[in-house]
Amino acid sequence: MRFFPFILRNALRSKRRTILTVLSIVVSMFLYCTIRTVITSFDASLETADAARLITRRSTSLTFFLPLSYKDRLAQIPGVSAVAYGVWFGGIYIDERNFFAQYAIDADEYVPMYSEYLITPEEREAFRRERTACIIGEKLVEKYGFKTGDAITLRGTIFPGNWDLTVRGIARPRTKNLDTNFLLMRWDLVNERMGRFNQVGWYVVKLSDPARAGEVARTIDRAFANSPAETKTETEKAFQLGFLSMLGNIRAVVFAIGSAIVIAILLVSMNTMMMAARERTREVAVLKALGFTDRTVLGMILAESLLISLTGGVLGAGIARVVYDASGFTAGGFFPSFFVTGGTIARALGIAAAMGLLSGAIPAADAFRLRVVDALRHAG
Amino acid sequence: MDPIIRLEGVTKVYRRGAIEVPVLSRLDLEVRAGEFLALMGPSGSGKSTILNLVSGIDLPTEGRVVVAGIDLGDLDGSALASFRSRHIGFIFQSYNLIPVLTAFQNVELPLLLTGLTRKERREHVQAALEVVGLRDRMDHFPRQLSGGEEQRTAVARAVVTDPTLLVADEPTGDLDAGSASDVLGLLQRLHLEFGKTIVMVTHDPHAAERADRILHLEKGVLIESAERNRT
Repeated sequence: MRFFPFILRNALRSKRRTILTVLSIVVSMFLYCTIRTVITSFDASLETADAARLITRRSTSLTFFLPLSYKDRLAQIPGVSAVAYGVWFGGIYIDERNFFAQYAIDADEYVPMYSEYLITPEEREAFRRERTACIIGEKLVEKYGFKTGDAITLRGTIFPGNWDLTVRGIARPRTKNLDTNFLLMRWDLVNERMGRFNQVGWYVVKLSDPARAGEVARTIDRAFANSPAETKTETEKAFQLGFLSMLGNIRAVVFAIGSAIVIAILLVSMNTMMMAARERTREVAVLKALGFTDRTVLGMILAESLLISLTGGVLGAGIARVVYDASGFTAGGFFPSFFVTGGTIARALGIAAAMGLLSGAIPAADAFRLRVVDALRHAG
Repeated sequence: MDPIIRLEGVTKVYRRGAIEVPVLSRLDLEVRAGEFLALMGPSGSGKSTILNLVSGIDLPTEGRVVVAGIDLGDLDGSALASFRSRHIGFIFQSYNLIPVLTAFQNVELPLLLTGLTRKERREHVQAALEVVGLRDRMDHFPRQLSGGEEQRTAVARAVVTDPTLLVADEPTGDLDAGSASDVLGLLQRLHLEFGKTIVMVTHDPHAAERADRILHLEKGVLIESAERNRT
């Protein structure tokens, strides 16, 4: 600690250069935290999947419907305790920029299956009683100021026309990672206005024993094999993974971008540290002449490099945390819980520390090896 | 009195690629404790090499260098660093102050290697700056000091740990006559009042006049020794 003021003075020797180096690390760590949070947000959304729920959909594509008549047959399959269904509504609230998920669901079974959301019995009953009722996620309350009794009009895209709904309940999450950026409306309202087309987008199958998920899924798909609407049944987690895989190998892309950023900034930082150390060759020799050991000098240069990179790391990760938390960023609802985790911050600081040590390693090693007598170049 | 510095049969040869450049040849030298010695001679005569050897920043090719009873040939790199911090105070021609540190912080540098508390360090630094007459300039950076003041700060840095030996390499080489006289007066005071042993390399006969003894070197060999009487 007694060397810290000296290390700090050296780090601030060329303020402009140090500030620019710190800023480059701030930007890189901010970007790292952002792209890492993309991954953790995906993972968080998968963690909310319930192992006791299966999703049955059309084997060809999620965009094709399944007949309503499958519900009773599904309910009779051994291991199935309840069946609900829903369809992607895809409406627009006032403007296309106001994106949030809208599902038309069956009024009786769907809501009880998702016990991870807190919806009061009164709200559930109101939803069941009134065909134009809707339940909104808590995020929509924050975003648009909706409250119970408010009217919401959606403009249908898949199901044309204006749809006038009334808020009768608010879904509150029981855990932090849950998405509440959605609206639930009644499937029978859609079915009625679309001329009783009697089709659903998917079924949610509740299992009596989650351990039998594979067996029950195979039984379901066998039951509808060779029918006009064959099914594909999988766990909710696998279903979500499949949905995300439509976005391509995000992890690999994120990793590649992250690595490129870190390496580019590392090179900049190394160059800066080497320049700074080269300018101080004679001073290092003086320190050694005064009795500073090779190790002390090495440690001081590494500490200086570490100080600069960790300052950048702390600022970059801190700004990412504050900005994303304060702004409630969701990428248009794509990431319901875009939260920079403690793990991400720890990784960012670890990378910043590694960058500091790596960029300081060469000048520190040079200083370690420096011969006082050569550097001072005594004549005489 | 036992000599504080003893060089026995010291030879120093520098190697530049395949070429060997002999600098000192079988040199014997003794310096008494409390003595002020001036080394003179033309460039390349080996006088700065003697300073490097007695201060432990270089080792002889042959022979022994013993300072304060320690044979420097027996010490490894970190032991030599420790030796320098305890026994040697350096004064360079071009001052070599750290530009980002104030006068106070420059003088404090060698004390960072000791176990002194912050308060003790402050007291030592203030005392050293008092001796060189720069206590009122301790918060100034080197760029805010004149050449003479910079060198006096360097002298304070050299004496702050109360070392056994002060080595000064052309301490007045970069100074005007007035400042040079101040610095030489300061060295003389350190020698006479505080009993410091000083080995000074100089080209300047007037500077050498301040020493107890003047040694002339030529091509690595002592050719003349002049002892001066002081009262």
